[in-house]
Amino acid sequence: MELQCPIPISDYPVVTLAHGGGGRLSQMLIERMFIPTFSNAALEVLHDGAILELNGTRLAFSTDSFTVSPLFFPGGDIGSLAVHGTVNDLAMCGARPLALSAGFIVEEGLPMEDLWCIILSMQRAAAKVGVPIVTGDTKVVERGKGDGLFINTTGLGVVLPGVHIAPQRAAPGDVILINGAIAEHGIAVMSRREGLAFETELVSDSAPLVDLVMRVLEVGGDQVHVLRDPTRGGVASALNEIAAKAQVGIRLDEERIPVGDAVRGACEILGLDPLYVANEGKCIAIVAPEVADRVLEAMRVHPQGAQATRIGEVVGEHPGKVFMRSRIGGLRVVDMLSGEQLPRIC
Amino acid sequence: MRFVDEFRREADAQKLVRAIERLVTCPWTIMEICGGQTHNLIKFGIDRLLPPSVTLVHGPGCPVCVTPLELIDKAICIAQQPRVIFTSFGDMLRVPGSHSDLLSARAQGADVRMVYSPLDALALAQKYPDREVVFFAVGFETTAPGNAMAVWQARQLGLRNFSILCAHVLVPPAMQAILASSDNRIQAFLAAGHVCTVMGTREYEPIAEQYRIPIVVTGFEPLDLLQGLYMALRALEEGRWGVEIQYSRSVTREGNVAAQRLMHQVFEVCDRQWRGIGLIPASGYCLRSSWAEFDAERRFDLSGVTAQESPICIAGQILQGLKKPPQCPAFATQCTPEHPLGAPMVSSEGACAAYYQYQHT
Repeated sequence: MELQCPIPISDYPVVTLAHGGGGRLSQMLIERMFIPTFSNAALEVLHDGAILELNGTRLAFSTDSFTVSPLFFPGGDIGSLAVHGTVNDLAMCGARPLALSAGFIVEEGLPMEDLWCIILSMQRAAAKVGVPIVTGDTKVVERGKGDGLFINTTGLGVVLPGVHIAPQRAAPGDVILINGAIAEHGIAVMSRREGLAFETELVSDSAPLVDLVMRVLEVGGDQVHVLRDPTRGGVASALNEIAAKAQVGIRLDEERIPVGDAVRGACEILGLDPLYVANEGKCIAIVAPEVADRVLEAMRVHPQGAQATRIGEVVGEHPGKVFMRSRIGGLRVVDMLSGEQLPRIC
Repeated sequence: MRFVDEFRREADAQKLVRAIERLVTCPWTIMEICGGQTHNLIKFGIDRLLPPSVTLVHGPGCPVCVTPLELIDKAICIAQQPRVIFTSFGDMLRVPGSHSDLLSARAQGADVRMVYSPLDALALAQKYPDREVVFFAVGFETTAPGNAMAVWQARQLGLRNFSILCAHVLVPPAMQAILASSDNRIQAFLAAGHVCTVMGTREYEPIAEQYRIPIVVTGFEPLDLLQGLYMALRALEEGRWGVEIQYSRSVTREGNVAAQRLMHQVFEVCDRQWRGIGLIPASGYCLRSSWAEFDAERRFDLSGVTAQESPICIAGQILQGLKKPPQCPAFATQCTPEHPLGAPMVSSEGACAAYYQYQHT
């Protein structure tokens, strides 16, 4: 007979969608179940990927699963997203991607043409970054047991010498930069969902960030302390995680956070806060003040960073908390959400 | 962005704050009715910009928060029945009933779908003729016209598989209940701009007269809220009462007459339970008997549903403005957005959630 531990205390008898929303409930799953159970040094850094050392070379190792619905959305599809997501996670470790794996869970009945389009899109996305897809797996589940197609990608990369990216390195005085307007992916996908469709010209920002990050690291080197792509849960959740991990405070300036008009309009109508909406082509860089201007300039001359800007700073006060100065000069806490944001009634 | 940026200019906001500071000579207590107003007051930090002698009290105008527990239990019971597609606005999904919420019901197999309009629910009823589509018709006078339209269209389309679970509530009876209470300390109201866009302002005039109280119909943007507060404080300082309209770009005295006509065709006024407050006479809408075929409470057997409130939660006192969220012993300890004991902790318009999200440190 195998010995079993009782399950950790949870307020929920079953898993709900909010547990995958990138907010506090997701964090609770990670902190109460995964971390203590799988416990090891590489995992506990809680970064976008793990850093493993092999004969003096530092390897970055990261995995991500993609369950986006619909499979095709304005500005991308699940295939390109699955490539961008994992190469971006490697880039956020300060690594140049070496190779990817791809696992497909296909629902019986998926049109062959859709699968073909997605495979071609993955190939194009991988070729653009110059990373080969070197191994894979395919499973087919019965109709009704999957949402068309799920993809998992895992990536291996080599960390640039002299670069040390970790959330714990955020220090008071550091400057917080972002490479462009936020919340475009989440709103673009939402605009095509059944039950919530609305007309917008908006396209997802899904894009590889490897090249941009390499430029940032060339200019900033070891003075680049934290890199993070604010995907699920958005900028607010990413910064809350960093503030908690580094035990520092974060101050944002609402006026400086770039949000496009189409996104702002959709968020106003739906009652959503763009700070919590997903991005797939954005990078938050937390850098020492001495290099902030040069890193910002390097971002701005890059095609993926034309709208790059400074959105806030790391402070010594209120450790673990993110505060924001509102547009009209008031101050408020930017907390982590429980799960996904829900559009409100009126 | 037009119609947003011009109402969020810092220089103009600061001017209004200064004007309020110059105006106020003694302590005043003002209630904003609508949860959308509460949310923005806290989100933009307006409450922290005001002089300390001005106390803001958050009103019962969060439809999610005042929907009685029994109706949420009924919603879950309907959602769990076979062949049902249960549709709802997003923020209703996480509100705790006696034992569960709609999101958990979905996780356990119920077909619960979020829609943004009752007409989306109607479209589902057309798409799935062999399923029963039920819409959770929640809200104040703001959402009532759209919900009335959905029922009206269902009849036009001959849809037999569409019904609504009606939980409509009305603002003026709630204001009267607050003013008539012996504990009342409210000296002026910011009335809800969007409710009055539909209903106009006539029905507020007798309330202002009877209780000799200023009522300023106010919008939702930071400058709207500051200007509404300024107008209410000026009336208080000058000893005036009556109805004034700050949100004049949207509100007229008559309101949206076409919408009112449709609402009165489909709905009639009924007594309604308010969560945390209790029964308020003539404070809700239900379907007229001529539209009873669209009433989910008649279509499904709900006889087994009994509701039980948390004994710790002080939502009633919060919703009546008698206490602020941090004064609740369970606030941010036993009651959090992950584990809400009462509805004001759930909705983004709920006072407890607004305090938790934007001010809890």
